[in-house]
Amino acid sequence: MILDAKIPEGPMAQKWDNHRFRMKLVNPANKRKYKVIVVGTGLAGASASASLAELGYRVENFCFQDSARRAHSIAAQGGINAAKNYPNDGDSIYRLFYDTVKGGDFRAREANVYRLAQLSNEIIDQCVAQGVPFAREYGGLLDNRSFGGAQVSRTFYARGQTGQQLLLGAYSALMRQVGLGNVTLRPRTEMLDLVVVGGRARGIVVRDLICGDVYCASADAVVLATGGYGNVFYLSTNAMGSNVTAAHRAFKRGAGFANPCFTQIHPTCIPVSGDHQSKLTLMSESLRNDGRVWVPKDGDDHRAAPEIPEEDRDYYLERRYPSFGNLVPRDVASRAAKQVCDEGRGVGSSGLAVYLDFADSIERLGRDAINQRYGNLFHMYEKITDENPYELPMRIFPAVHYTMGGLWVDYNLMSTIPGLHVLGEANFSDHGANRLGASALMQGLADGYFIIPYTIGHYFASGSFEPVETDQKEFEDTKKSAADRLQRLLDVRGGRSVDSFHKELGQIMWEHCGMSRNEGGLRKALELIPALREEFWRNVRVPGGNGELNQSLEKAGRVADFLEFGEVMCLDAIGRKESCGGHFREEHQTEEGEALRDDEGCSHASVWEYKGDDDFPVMHKEPLSFDLVKPSVRSYK
Amino acid sequence: MNLTLQMWRQRNLSDEGGMVQYEISDVSPEMSFLEMLDILNESLIARGQEPVAFDDDCREGICGMCSLVINGIPHGPDSGTTVCQLHMRRFQDGDTIYIEPWRSRAFPVLRDLIVDRNAFDRIIQAGGYISVNTGGTPDANAIPVAKSEADLSMDAASCIGCGACVAACPNASAMLFVGAKVSQFRHLPQGHTERARRATRMVEQMDAEGFGNCTNHYECMAVCPKEIDVRVIAELNQEFLRTELTGSE
Ligand SMILES: Cc1cc2nc3c(=O)[nH]c(=O)nc-3n(C[C@H](O)[C@H](O)[C@H](O)COP(=O)(O)OP(=O)(O)OC[C@H]3O[C@@H](n4cnc5c(N)ncnc54)[C@H](O)[C@@H]3O)c2cc1C
Ligand code: FES
Repeated sequence: MILDAKIPEGPMAQKWDNHRFRMKLVNPANKRKYKVIVVGTGLAGASASASLAELGYRVENFCFQDSARRAHSIAAQGGINAAKNYPNDGDSIYRLFYDTVKGGDFRAREANVYRLAQLSNEIIDQCVAQGVPFAREYGGLLDNRSFGGAQVSRTFYARGQTGQQLLLGAYSALMRQVGLGNVTLRPRTEMLDLVVVGGRARGIVVRDLICGDVYCASADAVVLATGGYGNVFYLSTNAMGSNVTAAHRAFKRGAGFANPCFTQIHPTCIPVSGDHQSKLTLMSESLRNDGRVWVPKDGDDHRAAPEIPEEDRDYYLERRYPSFGNLVPRDVASRAAKQVCDEGRGVGSSGLAVYLDFADSIERLGRDAINQRYGNLFHMYEKITDENPYELPMRIFPAVHYTMGGLWVDYNLMSTIPGLHVLGEANFSDHGANRLGASALMQGLADGYFIIPYTIGHYFASGSFEPVETDQKEFEDTKKSAADRLQRLLDVRGGRSVDSFHKELGQIMWEHCGMSRNEGGLRKALELIPALREEFWRNVRVPGGNGELNQSLEKAGRVADFLEFGEVMCLDAIGRKESCGGHFREEHQTEEGEALRDDEGCSHASVWEYKGDDDFPVMHKEPLSFDLVKPSVRSYK
Repeated sequence: MNLTLQMWRQRNLSDEGGMVQYEISDVSPEMSFLEMLDILNESLIARGQEPVAFDDDCREGICGMCSLVINGIPHGPDSGTTVCQLHMRRFQDGDTIYIEPWRSRAFPVLRDLIVDRNAFDRIIQAGGYISVNTGGTPDANAIPVAKSEADLSMDAASCIGCGACVAACPNASAMLFVGAKVSQFRHLPQGHTERARRATRMVEQMDAEGFGNCTNHYECMAVCPKEIDVRVIAELNQEFLRTELTGSE
């Protein structure tokens, strides 16, 4: 596997400009001759489909929800970053770039991150032009708030529904193109496999989720924007349907998978309430702007929160990290919460929670101001817990939230399979070992609106394309293997439900490949996962048939892929013998319990190549070099 | 607690469907309504039966996927709440709960509790957008918007497109949904140039899809999980009339 990142020449600030100039163009009249398959209608997929169609390409766009508007991006709450420096507090493209590289614990590619920071401002302009109702100040100009890992206010937001508003902006641009006949939309359609012809990605196999038909779609290039794989843990803040299938299938067809073990555990989620728990609910990081995190100093202090006086409280983030306080990055905040709970100072009935307290802010700013900022989040919290956060502090605990790992892509967002491009959370590109808040929305939209429209043209203009037909052998073979697999799932007729396997896998992953990891635990997981997978294929029960709407069958296919992919994550976590960002290896920590990076040995992206079902995948390294931001010990003290 | 569920079951589009009764025990008040259905489905699978199909994804009240009529009320008894955010503490031991899909000619039932809501997408395709292409847009702060107007726009824009408004309306009208989109843009300077065309086209598409007319029952507002105000319907009517009167497309 050759990993050529194709980073353009020239000084950092001019790389993207130079590259745009040097890339080949497709003549406007010729664009209609090219067809692009886009899988996913989240921020990345919808923005890509709309922008490519506007340019004149023919686009076929798939998603598994009933409407493109329901992609998981809709759930993002807090905001989107940009280096506008509207508040005049010292922000700049360079600072956003710097914060992102540092926040990612020096495991991201500098050139990509710099381009992301450069494009951030244009994204806000684009969204405003589309009618995204961002929060405004009384003067009519845009308002900003702060997020973790930054000391400037650069986050644009629309109440607690930023993802919804950005996605509806991209969705309406997409709908406009559908209405104009430039995009064919295929909702309730799930990608099951990738079709590679002559070494290039030329199509996909999909299942119509209503009637069960399995069929092929062909194109000149394929774009995956299928989101993250956090649901490998069963419990996460991701939507129920979020899955790894598209990315994992591409991996099995030859696409390198980068840093699969880099997962983000978000510090502020509503704690688990029982065995019936089906998903976890995020409380946006923006709450840490006005909420203070604490636990009782004494683990045996069981008084109700408001009765615990100041001197008996430990505001442990403010104490340990005075300069960033409650706004330390997510990985740091999550680990600190775990530590105080491990010390027996956790709160709530399970002892697996810490307080996020708004009492001071409510006193300072008034209840109305807090309601303006976080009303819908408070409402959501009360719905779920039956407690009123205006009166009692929230109880929060870390939960799986985001996956920095993803399919490896070069600077053009192309995977190791020519023609297969990967955008948004599904790729590994910009966040290194830890993503800063409000940066995923930025990256998804940068990829879709402003990068792929250029780089895909370059791909088309750089070679010639044989026409393909969906009845040719490569398509037929791939379709047959996908259909056979569905039939195999139905034929097991065992005794255990799909969900029960998913839960068990999730427990293995959380215990051994979760917030902290060690070699012994990971090796144990590598014994448990194959055994569970073996049982799955022997004992799963998938009711119903193939030729109909069958949600059990949909889930079974996704869980079968998680059961393979979890193993790749554990292998990656074993291989990375350092602690960095969200990847905390217990063997590698400082005396104070902070993460200990190994820049000599581990300054690379680890990229896994599939070698067949009976062999372990092989790891390749893309070395990372840091020319502008010298790796330092990441300190938020 | 122990509950009796009266559940709509329907194999596919052409099947007639009907209510089926299930008993469910050991429901915890902490569970969400959909988690209660998960437990039911697990028990059906264990007994070799087919689970009940229902739509959901985010389970956070924002994607608009979940869509159940509970005891005759779309999204159930709590106001301002999607069914995925409804919790079982709202019910009592021994209750019988009726669970049905959205009912409307424009939302055909695909299976059990799942309906086809693509009509909503087609209404947006007809005009629910501002016609800007990617790139070349002015600086975001070059278009100031008074905070009060931006807030009205955001109130309308918070629609999650679930379709509860249609399911609740005796006429199966989609006016709250269409009004919400029209109102979002009406309160922003962007896209004013096409406001007439937008309202006309969206209303025409709404009619073509078979949605009914609004006769001011306001059931839609009562069930809307985002509590969108019926003022958006008045605004839609004004935009539509404005076009009719000025004749400008
Ligand atoms: C609760 C929550 C809050 C968040 N808040 C923020 C925030 O405030 N700021 C921020 O920057 N980030 C936030 N994030 C992260 C951010 O929302 C996501 O990383 C981002 O939206 C991902 O966008 P995407 O386009 O890559 O994928 P998604 O939005 O996940 O879309 C995936 C698409 O792919 C489709 N798809 C997937 N698999 C298949 C398949 N096999 N076949 C067909 N289609 C498929 C789906 O249907 C969907 O359309 C948050 C995440 C969560 C979970
Ligand atoms: S499942 Fe998303 S709104 Fe209910």
